[in-house]
Amino acid sequence: MINNSLKQLGDMLQAKTISSVELTQSFLARISQYNPSINAYISLDESKTLAQAKAADARIAAGNAAPLTGIPIAQKDIFCAKDWRTTCGSKMLANFISPYDAHIISQFDAVGAVNLGKTNMDEFAMGSSNETSYFGGVKNPWSYDRVPGGSSGGSAAAVAARLCAAATGTDTGGSIRQPASLCGLTGLKPTYGVVSRFGMIAFASSLDQAGPMAKSAEDCALMMNVMAGFDERDSTSLNRAKEDYTKDLNKPLAGLKVGLPKEFFAEGLDASVGKVIETAIEEYKKLGAEIVEISLPNTGLSIPVYYVLAPAEASSNLSRYDGVRYGHRAAEYTDLMDMYCKSRAEGFGAEVKRRILIGTYVLSAGYYDAYYLKAQQIRRLIAQDFVEAFNKCDVIMGPAAPSTAFKAGEKVDDPVAMYLQDIYTISTNLAGLPGMSVPAGFAQSDDGKSLPVGLQIIGNYFDEARMLNVAHQYQQVTDWHVQTPNLDKSEGKA
Amino acid sequence: MEWEVVIGLETHAQLQTNTKIFSGASIKYGAEPNTQACEVSIALPGVLPVLNRQAVHCAIKFGLAINAEIAPRSVFARKNYFYPDLPKGYQISQFELPVVGKGAVTIQVPSVGKNAAYEKVVNITRAHLEEDAGKSVHGAVEGMSGIDLNRAGTPLLEIVTEPDMRSAAEAVAYAKQLHELVQWIGICDGNMQEGSFRCDVNVSVRPKGTEKLGTRREIKNLNSFKFMQQAIEYETRWQIETLEDGGTIHQATVLFNPDTGETRAMRSKEEANDYRYFPDPDLLPLVITEADKALVQAEMPELPSAMKARFETQYGLSGYDASALTTSRELADYFVATVEAGADAKQAANWVTGNVMAKVNSVNSEAYSISSSKVGSEHLAQLLKRIADGTVSNNAAKQVFEELWVQNTLTNVSVQLTGSTITSQLGAIDAIIEAKGLKQESDSGAIEAIVDEVLAANAAMVEEFKAGKEKAFNALVGQAMKASKGKANPAQVNDILKKKLTS
Repeated sequence: MINNSLKQLGDMLQAKTISSVELTQSFLARISQYNPSINAYISLDESKTLAQAKAADARIAAGNAAPLTGIPIAQKDIFCAKDWRTTCGSKMLANFISPYDAHIISQFDAVGAVNLGKTNMDEFAMGSSNETSYFGGVKNPWSYDRVPGGSSGGSAAAVAARLCAAATGTDTGGSIRQPASLCGLTGLKPTYGVVSRFGMIAFASSLDQAGPMAKSAEDCALMMNVMAGFDERDSTSLNRAKEDYTKDLNKPLAGLKVGLPKEFFAEGLDASVGKVIETAIEEYKKLGAEIVEISLPNTGLSIPVYYVLAPAEASSNLSRYDGVRYGHRAAEYTDLMDMYCKSRAEGFGAEVKRRILIGTYVLSAGYYDAYYLKAQQIRRLIAQDFVEAFNKCDVIMGPAAPSTAFKAGEKVDDPVAMYLQDIYTISTNLAGLPGMSVPAGFAQSDDGKSLPVGLQIIGNYFDEARMLNVAHQYQQVTDWHVQTPNLDKSEGKA
Repeated sequence: MEWEVVIGLETHAQLQTNTKIFSGASIKYGAEPNTQACEVSIALPGVLPVLNRQAVHCAIKFGLAINAEIAPRSVFARKNYFYPDLPKGYQISQFELPVVGKGAVTIQVPSVGKNAAYEKVVNITRAHLEEDAGKSVHGAVEGMSGIDLNRAGTPLLEIVTEPDMRSAAEAVAYAKQLHELVQWIGICDGNMQEGSFRCDVNVSVRPKGTEKLGTRREIKNLNSFKFMQQAIEYETRWQIETLEDGGTIHQATVLFNPDTGETRAMRSKEEANDYRYFPDPDLLPLVITEADKALVQAEMPELPSAMKARFETQYGLSGYDASALTTSRELADYFVATVEAGADAKQAANWVTGNVMAKVNSVNSEAYSISSSKVGSEHLAQLLKRIADGTVSNNAAKQVFEELWVQNTLTNVSVQLTGSTITSQLGAIDAIIEAKGLKQESDSGAIEAIVDEVLAANAAMVEEFKAGKEKAFNALVGQAMKASKGKANPAQVNDILKKKLTS
């Protein structure tokens, strides 16, 4: 049951072969068994969760169920959920109980989905290993000595370990796709503006986008049907007609033009990962895809540009955490300035402080033009690269991350090595494009572990339905996405 | 050395919208602390701003009213600084690309002492939309400061002038004119006590005849015209004295203390924040089309300048009178209503800008609004008709006006300034004329008798007149008026006297 697709679970619930309460309880049981070692969840609240399951059962009994009614979903702890502690992985918000619902939380409520709990994440979504979380790192279910990726590491681990039916994530520079790649699941970062950011705690507002993390492309499509849509409370939300993301899943891929950017297969990519991606491309050829070589010449600039723009926005977005109205306030202080300094020094972790400092610096008088403005100009060039690329192909493919899951602690003292984890994902955020990671196989690590590898699919603006189709067709002829880790051995494929 | 003061103003006008500029919270003044602070006002994690269309409408209206460039694309920026009443740690404002660009306001500087009244154009640099901060409340809780976020997010239009003003009088005239204009077009209630209209004044001095601007100090948050006048005068004197004593002026922000009448530096600009402005990624650029402007233009009331020109042609008023009458919407309405109630336009203009406003100002110089008049337009028209039909002289009419004012004040009559609902009380004017014996003597027989008496009693003056001394004639008129106890119709006295002396 825990391995069933969302569609199957929905059918079972509506056929009443199982109740939402039973389904929820079975996930809660797995959580209490495995979460203590994996640490995928920050907050759980059985009574609230089961109350939702009960309500879902009533709704099913009343005959007005929606596809996800009664299905237990894990929510990244970046989304404000009414009466739930919402921490964003930070000590700063360790005591913050949200009085309101994020847009996507109310969307899931509206369809009667069950909130299983709030998943672990890098503090304020800043990190690629989940190691910056105030609530401790998350173990990769495929190998407990390794990281799940980040920042949506808790959601990725929860899906991989089947501690939920599906989860939500957010992706500012790769925070859905890189952990999806490292944990062997399917994750989609939609076009910027497709999912409302209202109630999603801001890291870098012009880059942040929420999306699904699930077992398959089909599951992601069903999640997208709930998450996507116009919300007038977010000025950057796009007012588009409601779309059914499952509508193109079964289209054949014959004639699909797949662009391979040469910059994604150059130095920096683990050979073992590269091999898996090449095999996946071969599979697509068999499905009728035509391969085109393309170039995204400014790819190398995406990391420096990102690490100017994202910290700049973050330094301002995080100013509200000042100890005045909510969140952490130092126990003792002499005056206002002392209260600010101590509260923020105690409340934020090292990576968050590093980015606030970088962001404050690049926005300062005298540096703004050289850093912030220049980065904005290059951001346009990067977006232009994609415009030209999509003149030659329908989708772009490549690796989602340069390596498989790395060992906990391996990169914590080397921020630049950590930042390079997002080399293939960041440019799509800068361009506002949708991107996916799809399980494409396993690579052997040096110590003989078999670790998942994700294939990245980048689509043109609003091409999510096509990307899901491209992924779904692949998942019809491969079984990488249905592989599960053996949590009791926790050292590789079951 | 002769010094010249250079003044520029930054005015924050609170816009008359229903809700805050970036959220749906109410902006009503005076509510219990934090009862108008929604998730956005408190800056909870995850909240986002959504621009209030009404606020944009107000900005466009102002831009059109001062004939300014309205930016087809303007950008909201974040002004970053920490303060307890600034919940997000940044204020959303406009920086590089404001919604309203260069424009101009024509002001009427009133006559002071020997200096005659004059007109002057004050150039507007820009006007931009921004949100207000909350309030820090000290002393409500012992040993602690409280934060009230009801005001946080209230929409403001910040209107910035060029350093065009050269005296406190000009600065105050500009501020009053702007104050009137924003109310005239209905974008601000102008309530200075509640902080709906506040001015920051930049003051510097330089030797007269030189070009280079002196170092300026900014007087913050002036919420009365009287204080503005006092603050600028004090600040100007202080700067001149400092320079003459060999000192230097340091750029600073100063506060005016109404109790001492002095300005004092609150912080020097050298320690000022680096605000790290950057475009707010939560808001799209504000795009204003020609169609948007046309829509606002269609709702625009007749502007003071257009009304002034119309008064000159329609009523034959002088430029000065027409300007004076269009300094406020209420005043213009009052004048028009007086004319429509049957008064002669020129006489009405003289009275409204003269006797009526003088009385209003003497009662309340700060509010200086016709709304504090105790004599409505119907009454005034009636009174002016009594002058025109010869019932009372102009001088006597002033006494009637005074008496009417007192009566209405005593009986606490709620005067409807314009309109005809008080027709029944019009008899009050004739009653006062009667009771005070102010009725003008227009019976030519009676006047002739008085003139005869005066001529007989002042034979010497008559001789002087006949010898060519014109002044003697005026003296004789004076004697005749005196003899009639001021009641004789002066025009008739003139005529009869002239006839008798030259026959």
